[in-house]
Formats: sequence, C-alpha cells, structure tokens
Amino acid sequence: MNDLLDDWGLTAAVFLPMVGAVVMLAIPRTEEALHKVIALVSSLAVLGVVVALIAEFDFDRTRTLQYEVDHSWIEVINSRYILGVDGIALPLLALTALIVPLVVIYSWNHFPEPHNPKAFLILTLVLETGMVGTFLAQDLILFFVFFELVLLPMYFMIGVWGGEQRQYASIKFFLFTLFGSALMIVSFLALYFLSPEVVVDGVARHTFDIRELTDWGGEGLARTTALFVFGGMFMGFGIKVPLFPFHTWLPDAHTQAPTQGSVILAAVLLKLGTYGFVRIAIPILPEAAEEWAPWIGLLAVIGIIYGALGCLAQTDMKRLIAFSSVAHMGYVMLGIATLTDFGVNAAIFGMVAHGLITGMLFFIAGSVKERYHTLEIKRLGGMLLQAPRMGWILGFACMASLGLPGLAGFWGEFPAILSAYNPGGDLDPALFRVYMVVAAIGTIFAAGYLLWLLQRVAFGTPKEEFSGERIHDLHLTDYLAWAPMLLLIVVLGVYPNLIFRVTDGAVIESLAAVGGG
Amino acid sequence: MTLGLLAQAGDGVAPIDTPGVAWSALSPILVLIGGAIVLLVVGALAPRRSRIGWHAMLTVAVAGGTIAAVVPLWDRVHDDGPYSAVASAVGVDGFSLFVTVVIAVAVAIAALLTDGYLRREGLEGPEPYVLMLLSAAGAVMMASANDLIVMFLGLEIMSIAVYVLAGLHLRRRRSGEAAVKYFVLGSFSSAFFLYGVALVYGATGSTNLVRIARFLAANTLADQGLLIAGFALLLVGFGFKVAAVPFHSWTPDVYQGSPSPIVAFMASGVKAGGFAGLLRVFVATFGTYRLDWQPVVYGIAVLSLVVGAVLAVVQTDVKRMLAYSSINHAGFILIGVQAATDEGVTAALFYLAAYTFMVAGAFGVVTVVGRRGDGHHHLDDYQGLARRQPLLALVFAIFLLAQAGVPLTSGFLAKFYVVEAAIEARSFWLALVAMVSAVVSAFLYLRIVLVMYAGAGDGADTDPAAGRPRLAVPAAAAIALVVAVAATIGIGLVPDPLTRTARDATPELVAASD
Repeated sequence: MNDLLDDWGLTAAVFLPMVGAVVMLAIPRTEEALHKVIALVSSLAVLGVVVALIAEFDFDRTRTLQYEVDHSWIEVINSRYILGVDGIALPLLALTALIVPLVVIYSWNHFPEPHNPKAFLILTLVLETGMVGTFLAQDLILFFVFFELVLLPMYFMIGVWGGEQRQYASIKFFLFTLFGSALMIVSFLALYFLSPEVVVDGVARHTFDIRELTDWGGEGLARTTALFVFGGMFMGFGIKVPLFPFHTWLPDAHTQAPTQGSVILAAVLLKLGTYGFVRIAIPILPEAAEEWAPWIGLLAVIGIIYGALGCLAQTDMKRLIAFSSVAHMGYVMLGIATLTDFGVNAAIFGMVAHGLITGMLFFIAGSVKERYHTLEIKRLGGMLLQAPRMGWILGFACMASLGLPGLAGFWGEFPAILSAYNPGGDLDPALFRVYMVVAAIGTIFAAGYLLWLLQRVAFGTPKEEFSGERIHDLHLTDYLAWAPMLLLIVVLGVYPNLIFRVTDGAVIESLAAVGGG
Repeated sequence: MTLGLLAQAGDGVAPIDTPGVAWSALSPILVLIGGAIVLLVVGALAPRRSRIGWHAMLTVAVAGGTIAAVVPLWDRVHDDGPYSAVASAVGVDGFSLFVTVVIAVAVAIAALLTDGYLRREGLEGPEPYVLMLLSAAGAVMMASANDLIVMFLGLEIMSIAVYVLAGLHLRRRRSGEAAVKYFVLGSFSSAFFLYGVALVYGATGSTNLVRIARFLAANTLADQGLLIAGFALLLVGFGFKVAAVPFHSWTPDVYQGSPSPIVAFMASGVKAGGFAGLLRVFVATFGTYRLDWQPVVYGIAVLSLVVGAVLAVVQTDVKRMLAYSSINHAGFILIGVQAATDEGVTAALFYLAAYTFMVAGAFGVVTVVGRRGDGHHHLDDYQGLARRQPLLALVFAIFLLAQAGVPLTSGFLAKFYVVEAAIEARSFWLALVAMVSAVVSAFLYLRIVLVMYAGAGDGADTDPAAGRPRLAVPAAAAIALVVAVAATIGIGLVPDPLTRTARDATPELVAASD
C-alpha cells in the first residue's frame, strides 16, 4: 500500500479528476444524475488520496519533497515529469482537494444557466487536475503546463455560465493571465539557458528541474539579468495573485463568474500566483528577490488600502467580496515580501485561510443571488429575519474575514503584519515598518467594510420588495458543502499550529539562500 | 548557326555531358507528378460525376505514396548521410524529406476537404486535385532544391497551380478576384526572386547552393553590394510566399476569396514550401553572411508578429481573421529562421508540421460552416455553433486554442521551441515581442470560441441558431478533421517523436559525388 502511494499517490491525485472527466465525456448529456455522481466520486477519490498522502506524510521531514516521482517526459528539452510535495505544497493541496468536492455538492441542484451539468462538471474536474498539478509539479515546464491548463476551464466557466458581462469578463481574465504567463515562460527559458548544466543519465544538460535550479540559486548570474528574469516571473505570478496594478481582471471575473467559479477562483486559483513566488521565484533567484521585495511590499500595501477603499465604494455584494480578495492577497504578498520565515509562514496560512473564508463568502453570495435574484446591497436587508441561518453564517464569515482572533483569518493577517517589523535579508527595516503601519490601518478598513456589509445585508428589516416573499433558508446541499469549511475556519483559528507546523520546515529551507529568518 | 554549333560539337569537343539522373532521389516528386498525370487521364476517361469521391481517394493515395517514397530515402540519409543528385541540383537530406512529408500531409487533408466542397458547390472534375498535386510537387522541389534555378522552377510550379486553384469557384466573383490578385502580386514576387537569383549569380558565379556556400566561405568579397541586393530580392520573393509583413497585403483578400479547402492547402502546404526554400537558401547557404541578413529577418519577424496579431483583432470575417493570424504564425516561424541555428531550424520545422494540422483543420471547419456558396464566414455565422453541433464546435475550439498556444496541444510546443531558439540565440526582445503578440492574437481565437459557446451574449431565449439548418459534415471532411485533431492533441501530449525527427532534419548541403 505504501509503495503504491509512494509511486502513484501524487499522479493519482493529479489525474483522477481527468479520468472522471473522460468517463463523463462518454456518457450522454441527459444522464444528469449519473454525471453528478461521477464528478462527486472522482473528486472525493482525490480527497481520499490526499488524506492518505497526509496520513503517510513524514511530518518530521517537511522540508524535503516526499512521494517524489521523476520520469522523463519531453526528452529533447530535458523537461521531466517530476511531482513532489513538501510542507509548503501540502496545505494547498489539501485545500484544493477539499474545495472541489464541496463545490460539486453545492452545485447539485444549483446549476447556473445554461444548465448543462455535464459540461460544467467536466470543466470543474479538469480545473482540479490543473490546480493539483500546479501545486505538485517540480519541473518548470510541467508547472507551466498545469498553470495554463487552469485557465481554460475557468475561461469557459465564466464565458458560458457567467453573468451579463460574461464575454468581457472571461476574455479579460484570460488575456491578463496569459500576458503574465507569456512573460513568465520567457523567464523560465532564460533560467534554463543561464543555469549551469546538470548531469542527467551521464550527459550534461540544461534543466527545468525546480530542485536543481533552487540548489543553483542564481549564482553567478549578472545582477540586471537576474532582475529581468525575476521580473518576468513577477509578472506571471503577480497578475495571478493579483497584485495592485494588475488586479483589474479580478472584480470583473468574480462578479461575472457563476458561484462555483467564484469559489474556486478565490479559494485556489489566486493561490497559484502566491505559491509561484514561494516555490519558484524566490528560491531560484533569492538575490533578485531581495531587490524586488521592497517593490512587491509596496504594491502589496497599496493593494491592501486600495482593495479596502474599493470595497467601501461597491454597491454589489459579490464585487465587494472580490475587492476584499485584493486586500487579503495584499497581506499574503506582504508576508512573502518580508522574506522572513515568519512572514512566509503567515502567507501560506493566509492563503489557506483566505481560500476557506472568501470561498465561504462567495458561496453565501451565490445563495443570496439565487434567493433574492440580486446582489445589490441597498436592495438587501434583514436576512437574519428571513433566513436566519444564512444570516448567521454570513456574520461568521465576515468576522473571520476581518481577522477576528480565534478564527482562521487572524493567523494569516496578524503575523504577516508583524513580520514586516523585522524583514529578512538586507531589506530596509524602516521601509517595511512603514508598510507595517499601513497594513495595520488596512485591517481597520477591513473591519469597516465587512461590518458595513453585514449590517446592510443581514440586519434591519427586509426591504419592501422582498418583505412578502418567503426566502428559503439553507438547503441540505448547503449544509453539506459549508459545514467542513466553517469547521476548518474555527479549528485553524483555535489551533493554527496545524498548518504552521507543516510549513515551517519547508519555508526555512526555501529561504535558506536569502539569509534572513 | 545551329549547324555550325553542331559541327563544332562533333569536332572533337566531347558531346554535352548530361548528368546521370538518380531517379530514386526524385521519387517523391515523381510520385506526385505521376499521380497528377494519372488522375488527369483517368479523370478525363471516367464519368465525371460519381457518388464515390475517388478523385479525392486517389489524391490521398498519391500523398500516401509520396510519404512511402520518403521512407527509404530517410533511412538511407540516416545511415549514409545526406547526398545530392542530378548534378547537385537536388539535395536529399533530412530537411527536404521532412518538409516533403509535411506537404504530403497538407495535400491529403486538403483533398479530403475538397471532396465535400466540390459536391456542395456543384463543381466537378479532377482538376482541383491535379493542380493541388502539381503545386505540392513544386513545393517539394523547393524544399529539396540545391540550385537556385531549380528552386525557382519549384516556386513557379507551386505558385501557378495555386493561382488557378484560388479561382476554382467559377461562379463566385470573390474567388476570381482572389485568383487575379494572387496572380498579379505573385508574379511580381517571382520576378523579384528571379532578379535576386541573377544578382547572387553575378556576385558568386554560380546558382548552385553548394558552390555558393563554398564560395562565400572561402572568399571575401571586395564589394558586397551585389550580393546583399540579391539577398534582399530573394527575401522579397520568399516573404511573399510565406505571407510575411510587409509582403502580406495579398493574404487576407486571397484567403477570404479563395475556396476554403484550397486555403487550407495554401496556408499549410504552400507556406511549408516557402519556408523550406527560405531556410535552405538563407540559413544553409548564406549562413556565413548571417550578420547581414539576420537583422532584416528579425525586422520582418517582428512586423509579422505585431501586424498579424493586431490586425486580426479588428476583423469580423473568420477567414480574414485566420488569414491575419497566419501572418502572425509566419512571424513565429521566422523567429526560428532568424536564429539561424540548428535549434532554430528544428523549431521552425516543428512549427510547420504542427501548424499544418492546426490550420488545415481550422479551414476545414470553415469549409463546413461556410455552407453552400462558401459565403457564411462572418463571426455571426458561428454564433451558438456549440449548441447546434457540439462536436464541430469542440473541434474548431481545439484548433483555435492550439493556434493560441495552449498547453497540451501541439501549438504550445511549437511556440515554445521557437521562443526557446530565440532565447538560446540571446534574442530576448524578439522572444518578448513574440509572446506578447501571442497574447494579442489569443484574444482573436478566444473571441471566436466565445461566440461559438456563449452565443449572442445575452438571453438564451433568442437563440440565433434556431432558424438555421444543421450543417452537413461530409464523411471525407470528418476524417480530415479527426486526423487533424488527433495530431494536434497527440503532438501536444507526446511531442518527443516529432521533435526528434525535426532535430534530425537540419538542412545540409552536399555536392554530388558523381
């Protein structure tokens, strides 16, 4: 069993959804129930595999890659099929494996127009393959392929099942991200040619192997070259995060995407960018990272404030949550920019927490939209009277999102802010302390807009147009889909060490070259 | 006068020394031309209308025969190295054989598409197939030419047949317009090419590529003006055939006007021939003077990338969109050319092979969607295609996304290798321009895909597709599309075999041993 898990565990986690998708392709569209079952089974199978992987994971060696597989793939450019999971990837892998079945459950009776569960679920599964693959890939080209693979299903999800502006939103989403990856692939190629050759099977060749490139760590690379190469990756990952000036695709994509798309987008897709920084950009080019870090930190805090102000200006609930994502990802990026063990750990925690909390908020927004047929904040109100359970859950998610101690959101934000007090490497502490203050002010804004949202939507009495209507409270599928997320928000809030313990070793390892800590 | 010459010849000077002809080396070309002649004769004798598309079948068989003829040659080249035949006029190396196969594949796919097209439009006869085979023979000749004159012959055989093919649809005015436009501009470019040949001959004293390469390697020219002018004119000729900016102005009009299956061949086979010639002449022959021509090709590549991508975005006619995107693709292949390295040539060949399937398949779908009259090419005609015919829409989406360079399709690796070659040659800026242009052109592909899948943009009630008849996909076209999709995905998933083959296929100029 263990051998099987060692050799095939990660591959199964990546490709099981694909298998489900292929099976579904062969089944006619009218068999809707069957499609749902297959999608659920395959996503649960992934979850099962991931649980087994976690059970067998050696938590004393989180800094090393485990369950490694390494096979030749595209021989000519020496790109290999390398998968592996360490302490950084594990929480994100678990998050992905958890979110997808929940999304499938949530969808059970809530398929957005134009319905067609077959196509929708196939896309969801393909998406899962892409996301899991991205977190596990240890070869730049493999990483890139999965990174890009994620784009397509999401593009179709927004473009076909989205709101009124779906065409605009989906193309904007695709083009922004593609632009980033276009520059990123150039950087990857530059790394390939500029890094020293590595002996593979007795022949010295260039390599895309992330492990080898991390060992090399940009040694002997001219300063400006390294800065440019890092810049390419910065664009690729930064747009995905999204960092401040590149964030404009996010509110549109979120607002137009169907609920399920928004949840996956918020919960997992945004993390691909931050994960890229932690896994690839910083460990491979630590010196360039040090020079870029103040700028990344600057954009991060601008994002925090700008996102918060953006939230205050929104009239649409979903758009508000989308802007709050910009702010939250700002904390994550600030944590990463400090280049400290503390900050990066906080960032990874923040990614998981944001995934759960914002995912939850989007779920609620979707349910609100379904029941009230609007998300305009000024038309909503009195949810606690009409649908008390949903109202309370919204309150809970808002509290978690604004960083209430004891819930998961706190451990993503607070340490990230704190870590800016004493940044790693040769970074200027004074500058980062300014960032720290600004970011701390951002939390006040966050409390402001979230409480404002809660007050307008949940408190008070229902507006006239809805006062006569009977609003259905939670469905069974809602309970099933939301309970694990709510539970995790509490558990991680009470016992954050659950994640910090896993990530710490790997983070120290990846920051070794920066010399901070 | 004649008598005198003959007398002189009889006088002791040995009779004109005709070179031995190694027929085996010419076998791919012979199969193509022989097939064309057979098809012409049999077509004239047999009844013209037939329920079975045996014209197309025969054409596919001839294409298959060409590939079969390549196999033993490939083995021989692999074992004994490249060689040349017919007094060094024709070279047999991995490069020429690789391109031959690409062209044969293009012919086969285009022939399968043509069958249904001719029936639908009520056109007759084996002539389109004959012309296609002849054109392919010309393209193969270009790919294997070891002499500028032979290359010119190939260029003309290829082009003249395609001029006629462009005007194939007698009753469509646009088709005739396309043919005339293509012919007039094409003749100009041929003239440029020929002038270029003359100037290069003047500068180097030979039209044979092997001798030119040797001469340029061994001598330093006191005055390079003549040679450089020759380069420039040759480049104009090739640039026209491969539709590179600024010699591209014919492309959108001709692609739009010509019968769609013919465009499939133009964009794949003819382009392959043009690029083969370009690589053979510039990279292999003028390699020692690369510093002189590289910047120009660099500029042409940048222009093609940018113009192709940007102008494609503002089109509303799908055929014109694809025409501009083919200009963008030409820019990508030119990146491989300008690198002037083995990696660059490999990348260009891989690109050509992958692109052949993508573009032929894409125009295959366009052929089907064009419906009777071949006139339904507006973006609106694709609205809601996914609802009416999900499979056809899926196939088209795959071709478009592959052209956009989405991973797990051949298009991704094609672009990847080209950019890799550019970066290896330290042309970072070119690589950047290429990637950005890829993003811009992705917009265009996505636009078509969205129109197919998302419909009008608002309201599923007003289904624009409601009143439209179901599109008939002829069996032959279906086969072609399936093959093209399988290749596009297959190369994307398992790229190694094709990459290795392309890597073995760099052009080498070898003088005849006899």
